[in-house]
Amino acid sequence: MTAEAGAGRVSVLRMGDILIAAIQQELTDESALALQQDLTEMAAAGARGVVIEISGVEIVDSFLARVLSEIAAATNMLAGRTVVAGMRPSVAITLVEMGLGLRGLETARSLEDAMAVFRGQAGR
Amino acid sequence: MSRDEVTRLEIGSDVQIAGARQAVRQAAVAAGFSLVEQTKIVTAASELARNTLVHGGGGHMELAVVENSGGHGIRLTFTDDGPGIPDVDVALSDGYSTGNGLGLGLGGARRLVQDFTIESRPGGGTTVTAVAWSRMAQRVPR
Repeated sequence: MTAEAGAGRVSVLRMGDILIAAIQQELTDESALALQQDLTEMAAAGARGVVIEISGVEIVDSFLARVLSEIAAATNMLAGRTVVAGMRPSVAITLVEMGLGLRGLETARSLEDAMAVFRGQAGR
Repeated sequence: MSRDEVTRLEIGSDVQIAGARQAVRQAAVAAGFSLVEQTKIVTAASELARNTLVHGGGGHMELAVVENSGGHGIRLTFTDDGPGIPDVDVALSDGYSTGNGLGLGLGGARRLVQDFTIESRPGGGTTVTAVAWSRMAQRVPR
């Protein structure tokens, strides 16, 4: 682990009881783990859902896939849901070819679609 | 293949893994890889660089653009002086993990390239070579 904290840190926005993290650049392993910690702590403090927007992410390897799955597992335990939005087609093709589905992860085509998932839930 | 130009990058931190990904992406673009082909080789590079760092204790990557009669390819060689892999077949199987991944690092990387070799012996370090060709060159049988 290196000490370059701060650089590449993903900010998390709160919209009502939904947390939104838009990953706009390549993440180092350390910044991916920092995001996992931030989102899990914020979800524990009260959130119905988490949206992780990854349209800016050029590759998802097994490490980042694991981080995304663990965020989803933790928010599930905290009575929330995680939706991964905006995955690039080339990333999806590569994940499948690797034998790496994102099991247990909900996905949406865009941030807007992901937010609609939660709006639909609120109406019930 | 005297035209091969080899770039060498140190793999000693997660920031250098990100640097390796960037270098491979640039080489793949320059070699005329499609977007999906770029994504596959960059993802494979990320898996292999992390293996070098986490399991090999750091090492280096050599990156070369190679040519055959059909077109361009990218050859990546990852070398470390770590403890080595006791059983390569087991390490390549899905679900095998000694680190913090999903146990799909080596096996996953192998599926993303056309040629893949591992040389390793306990205590003697590990060298992984992965070669991917752009589609124009894929007359070479798999």
